[in-house]
Amino acid sequence: MLNKVNKPKLVVIGNGMAGVRTVELLLDRAPDLYDITVFGSEPYGNYNRILLSPVLAGEKTVDDIMLNTEQWYDDNGITLRKGEMIEMIDRRTCEVVTREGARVPYDRLLIATGSNPIMLPLPGKDLPGVIGFRDIQDVEHMVQASTSYKNAVVIGGGLLGLEAANGLMKRGMNVTVVHLLDTLMERQLDQVAGGLLRKSLEERGMVFKMPAQTEAILGEDRVTGVRFADGEVIPADLVVMAVGIRPNVELARKAGLYCERGIVVSDTMQTYDGRIYAVGECVQHRRQTYGLVAPLFDQAKVCANHLAMKGFATYDGSVVSTKLKVTGIDLFSAGDFAPGADKEEIVMQDASRGVYKRIILRDKKIVGAVLYGDTIDGPWYFQHLRDGTDVSQMRERLVFGAANLGDGGHSGKNSVAAMSDDAEICGCNGVCKGTIVKAISEKKLFTIDDVRAHTKASSSCGSCTGLVEQVLAFTLGGDYSAAPKVKPMCACTDHSHDDARRVIVENGLKTIPDVMKFMDWKTPNGCHSCRPALNYYLLATWPGEYRDDQQSRFINERVHANIQKDGTYSVVPRMWGGVTTPDELRAIADVADKFNIPTVKVTGGQRIDLLGVKKEDLPAVWADLNDAGMVSGHAYAKGLRTVKTCVGSEWCRFGTQDSTGLGIKLEKFMWGSWTPAKVKLAVSGCPRNCAEATCKDVGVVCVDSGYEIHFAGAAGLHIKGTEFLAKAATEEETLEIIAALTQLYREQGWYLERMYKWCDRVGLDAIRNQVVDDVANRKTLFSRFTYSQQFSQSDPWAARAQRGVDRNEFTPLAELELA
Amino acid sequence: MTKWIEIGALNDIPVLGSRVVRTASGDVAVFRTSEDEVFALDDRCPHKGGPLSQGIVHNKRVTCPLHNFVIELRSGMAVAPDEGCTRAHPTKVENGMVWLGVQTPEVVPAE
Ligand code: SRM
Ligand SMILES: Cc1cc2nc3c(=O)[nH]c(=O)nc-3n(C[C@H](O)[C@H](O)[C@H](O)COP(=O)(O)OP(=O)(O)OC[C@H]3O[C@@H](n4cnc5c(N)ncnc54)[C@H](O)[C@@H]3O)c2cc1C
Ligand code: SF4
Ligand code: FES
Repeated sequence: MLNKVNKPKLVVIGNGMAGVRTVELLLDRAPDLYDITVFGSEPYGNYNRILLSPVLAGEKTVDDIMLNTEQWYDDNGITLRKGEMIEMIDRRTCEVVTREGARVPYDRLLIATGSNPIMLPLPGKDLPGVIGFRDIQDVEHMVQASTSYKNAVVIGGGLLGLEAANGLMKRGMNVTVVHLLDTLMERQLDQVAGGLLRKSLEERGMVFKMPAQTEAILGEDRVTGVRFADGEVIPADLVVMAVGIRPNVELARKAGLYCERGIVVSDTMQTYDGRIYAVGECVQHRRQTYGLVAPLFDQAKVCANHLAMKGFATYDGSVVSTKLKVTGIDLFSAGDFAPGADKEEIVMQDASRGVYKRIILRDKKIVGAVLYGDTIDGPWYFQHLRDGTDVSQMRERLVFGAANLGDGGHSGKNSVAAMSDDAEICGCNGVCKGTIVKAISEKKLFTIDDVRAHTKASSSCGSCTGLVEQVLAFTLGGDYSAAPKVKPMCACTDHSHDDARRVIVENGLKTIPDVMKFMDWKTPNGCHSCRPALNYYLLATWPGEYRDDQQSRFINERVHANIQKDGTYSVVPRMWGGVTTPDELRAIADVADKFNIPTVKVTGGQRIDLLGVKKEDLPAVWADLNDAGMVSGHAYAKGLRTVKTCVGSEWCRFGTQDSTGLGIKLEKFMWGSWTPAKVKLAVSGCPRNCAEATCKDVGVVCVDSGYEIHFAGAAGLHIKGTEFLAKAATEEETLEIIAALTQLYREQGWYLERMYKWCDRVGLDAIRNQVVDDVANRKTLFSRFTYSQQFSQSDPWAARAQRGVDRNEFTPLAELELA
Repeated sequence: MTKWIEIGALNDIPVLGSRVVRTASGDVAVFRTSEDEVFALDDRCPHKGGPLSQGIVHNKRVTCPLHNFVIELRSGMAVAPDEGCTRAHPTKVENGMVWLGVQTPEVVPAE
């Protein structure tokens, strides 16, 4: 507060959801940067507009929906000027001018004026009793009217209209909904779902007149009725117009800022005047305007990043989903569901349960979903829609939802609403529904991220994300079901893995502290989840240059052995392609004897595991194995693990190529490379596939005419057969394609994202294009791989056993007789 | 009574890392933070006994290498929602040397 005078001034026009959200995020990132003034034409603090519907329905009070009290503005040194309308922006002098004529200067301006309800230009539209549905005042009007009048007409059968109608009905009024078309919520629902919705609202007593065109609003001193184009007149004491919203751009337009439907902004949320930012419903971004909060919050994040002078986040649009907030009606819709020749549909209708589901696919991906009656899987479909997941594998059972695919972390029709408070939602962290609900209401959480940060729910394996989103939607009643489009890496940051990768490359960042500083990490030195990820990104981006940070490595990678439950370690030497020699076996036996190693086991990866080695013995064990020519098998590494082979043409009567030899070549070429998650290979000598190549990250199946290269398989947590990538004629070509593929994965994969998940995310075709079809690109990928291999192919065991690297790691600091 | 024993140089413990001190009653993990503070805990996770000295250190906390419990270095308490506590030992750093405070047997009350 002291040097308020010296701080740059940020003025915010609009004290609504998007504007204040931006300010909150800005304070998070750069608490003291600006002297902030917020103007709001409404006479309140900041409130949750979405929840006006439950307020109207009498399910919540105005106090319940306040987001920030005036105290909050005070505490954060923000000047709130509520009830003050900005009339003009003077861009020449950089000032805003209030209706009363006060001038306030700005260095940065944020326009967040929201939108206005469209009022149809009908005769009688200005009569008392004719209103829109936008703010607290409108709700107070409606509540007031419901105490002294009987008949209400709502014009518009969209989301807002139906919520208004529902609320008025709950307040005891007779409500007629007038809609121009013959389907309710036609922008979100298809005919069938629209029909089901109409039916259940009718059962509750709502009356519909549709299709119908309103011609005039009748009355002298107050509205008394409505006349339609077909001549019919119905009585009305209250008319609510809910036919749409129009971005509130007047102010911006008068100031000469370029506007179309909304104020046109760039990917950094700037208007054509670089000092002036805009977010929210008043904005038009890449031709889109939005009328739901989830995208506005995405915008707020990007805007806050730039206002905080970080300058790297970009907004690239949002996909939205909708839920109707009428208690007792479950309805979910997302994406594009208009029929089309290039689309396929999966429809399920269960009339007795009142359930209807329609999933629309294009190119093996979900592009739209309409759910009625059972919406528990809404967020799950939505996630796949946004991620562009290839769903062809699960197509047959898709319509039955996540639980049915064993991918949802919840069971069947177990609707969240019906769950008891002690029902466990997050199995990894043992978080119950009650805990989540409590955190959401008490801490006013909005997004899945917030819930993660506060409760840990869905912060581990993530399979309960859908459920947590359900709890969120159910608790808030609003459309919060949308997870942000970009998932933050962990609670230490708002940024995604992709953001981090991009920022490292673009800004030439070379150390973990630099990345954290640049990207505004919320914790001083990250955590066990983000530090190893950043360490990998830096290593993959700057091979040869970056100095690996041992303290950001999981113990296994730090000491090059796998930790066991009792704190001892296991040691797995490489056996190239699964081939060994009598000498190697003798050396292994000798080591086991010499160091009293309790268990010697053949692994599932065609090699031998020595289990139960004491940490301080590790260097000596390695020295002996090194002497016999063996090196680390990286059984601990997010890197190349094993290359399984079969005997192939050298011995087998069916073998078509030298699969053993090729496997050894691959392993010798690729060992030591760090990758986002582990990479396992296999080479089979013929399609009988004895090396199980078709469930590996990369698998080669030899055939008479060459080598079939498969990838993106796994056989662990999920069993997934590989995808066919390419056919190669020679071993050299095979090697080149596989190395290029691995390099692309190294450059794009998120830390701990196994190859099959990466492939799901970026798409098979995109990968094939870059690795197979575009030969020049393949060659550059290949050369980047070889370049980085120069630095990674030295045996970490030898370094420690012979050259004393990390000596401290393997010896105690002190041994005390005492205590 | 606490008896102070010099256990080694601060620089022998990696920043954001840990070393082990062997004692007759079990290993003690000695941690060093990014601010050069030093903390000592029994090297046993309250969950299933994992060696905390082998974990990743961050912000005055360590993550157990076995199942990711996060433990406060100062108090030995598990960070919510995990529960449990590991014994913490007093430490001090003087002239670049680290000292560990151990309870001498005389004052440990008899069972
Ligand atoms: C030793 C071994 C079991 C055995 O006795 O045979 C083994 C042991 C472990 N596996 Fe495995 N896996 C072993 C073969 C496999 C296989 C079979 C294979 O490779 O053909 C699979 C299924 C194939 C696959 O990966 O798709 C397998 C799927 C997993 C998974 C699930 C991965 C997934 O993405 O679904 C994990 C968990 C993980 O990595 O996060 C895992 C993790 C582990 C860890 C590293 C658990 C841990 O974090 O401590 C175990 C380390 C024990 C140790 O200290 O050695 N292990 N693991 C095998 C070592 C192979 C080797 O020579 O390197
Ligand atoms: C009844 C209702 C139900 C809704 N339900 C949902 C839902 O379920 N899910 C969902 O995602 N979205 C829902 N929405 C939409 C959501 O509320 C809006 O998308 C969101 O509030 C828009 O935020 P904003 O900041 O752009 O605009 P607003 O929140 O409208 O804020 C704009 C503010 O700017 C002020 N202002 C305008 N001009 C000036 C000026 N010249 N000077 C000073 N102040 C000015 C206004 O007073 C207003 O307070 C609902 C909206 C309504 C009305
Ligand atoms: S399946 Fe793998 S991770 Fe599980 S106990 Fe066996 S070796 Fe360990
Ligand atoms: S033993 Fe430490 S988390 Fe399980």
